[in-house]
Amino acid sequence: MGPVLWLALGAFLLWNALSLHVDPARVVRGLSRAWIVFGRAFPPDFARWQLLVEGVVESLQMATLSTIFGVLIGVPVAVMAARNFAPMPVYAGGRAIISLARTFHEIIVAILFVKAVGFGPFAGMLTLTWGSVGFFAKLLAEQIENIDHGQVEAIRATGASRGAVLVFGVLPQVLPRIIGLTVYQWDVHLRQSTIIGIVGAGGIGTTLYNSFARYDYDFSLAILLVIVAIVLLGEAVSAVARKRIQ
Amino acid sequence: MLEVAGLVKTYPTGDQALRGVSLTVKATEVVFVIGPSGAGKSTLIRCINRLVEPDAGSVRLDGLEITGLKGEELRRARRQMAMIFQEFNLVERLTVMENVLSGRLGYVGLWQAWRRKFPPEDIELAFETLARVGLAGFENKRADELSGGQRQRVGIARALVQRPKILLVDEPTSSLDPKTSDAVMALITRLTAEEQIPALINIHDVPLARQFAQRILGLNQGVIVFEGTPGDLTPETLDLIYRGAGEELTSALGA
Repeated sequence: MGPVLWLALGAFLLWNALSLHVDPARVVRGLSRAWIVFGRAFPPDFARWQLLVEGVVESLQMATLSTIFGVLIGVPVAVMAARNFAPMPVYAGGRAIISLARTFHEIIVAILFVKAVGFGPFAGMLTLTWGSVGFFAKLLAEQIENIDHGQVEAIRATGASRGAVLVFGVLPQVLPRIIGLTVYQWDVHLRQSTIIGIVGAGGIGTTLYNSFARYDYDFSLAILLVIVAIVLLGEAVSAVARKRIQ
Repeated sequence: MLEVAGLVKTYPTGDQALRGVSLTVKATEVVFVIGPSGAGKSTLIRCINRLVEPDAGSVRLDGLEITGLKGEELRRARRQMAMIFQEFNLVERLTVMENVLSGRLGYVGLWQAWRRKFPPEDIELAFETLARVGLAGFENKRADELSGGQRQRVGIARALVQRPKILLVDEPTSSLDPKTSDAVMALITRLTAEEQIPALINIHDVPLARQFAQRILGLNQGVIVFEGTPGDLTPETLDLIYRGAGEELTSALGA
């Protein structure tokens, strides 16, 4: 690299630092303020546990329903997007759906759905379902493309219809993967449902956001602890479930 | 009776697998096709039941032209041409019983297939057939728990429950040891005799063909270059069939 390039890179970084007001003094002041917030958050306050339970239940419902819908929509999309089963136009359609569903971060999708259907868990459920279709269909399509074709050929040779070939020749080969992905999706959705609430899409995230807005930092800490607990629990459930189907 | 005439298949890669193959398999005849690998044996069988689409030529089963059939008609025709595979091609995660019953898929609707709800007479046929291939009591084992020989027996049972008019058999013993190969071949020929149906059998192993064939066809580079009885297989004719594949001839002869 020539010196000119180095100089340009240096100038660019300096400009970034200046325009973002990078200032060590502010970090120091901020640290002491963070300490105050933390002090006010301690000890965590579980007095309004009904609100907490309500949020957690809502998150669980969002995660569960969106996983079910995501799988129901994702399976046919995956078949569409598997090159070895779908004719070219259908394949292109399937891939387009997957790309579209995977393009935006769930926060952006959540904002759109909140605008479209209003605040609350319904928007959250739609958000998670949307993301799920992309993720689930993509991984399942890859699995379908990698199955053993001999087994499929044998079922075709019996005179089975296209649907029966899917049920007998393909499904048994990908079912463990479908179950594994479903459990994993549920675990991921549980975690995401705690975040998308912050933009108004319901669940425990909304409870958390409200507590911050009202400076109830002790309640916020209680919520954060509960979130940590359910995420760990979800991960444990998903790990055990996936181990059992191996 | 199976009548094949002028069958041609060129793969998109430019590989000319079949260059005008004609053959006939009569009512209860067992015909073996021998030849080096790449001669087109697998393509020939797959063009008959249209797992591979032939480019030209005619295939008639009991007078019914197969090559033009579409959709439902093609599936009905496939029910009558049961296939047995080199790699067995059982659905590994399903039970022996489910694998055998899959031979009846051409006869049941999708909803029944989804619920694994086969008619009682199909289930009875599957039990009987499993007993005939020597696997009574294996119904609930998973296919991936079986040995090679047992798997091929399940493959044979699956083919038989189709109640086919002909068996199309692609290298049934290539994945098996010599002793098991012998037993499997004996089983296939015995069952075709009992069922009074013909069979077209690809085989790599010349001694097995000599032992079990009524008639042998030699395929080389997509062309039938020999037709005769096992007695007609002389060193000269074998040289002709295995032309351009000298080393393979030694292995085909089991030397």
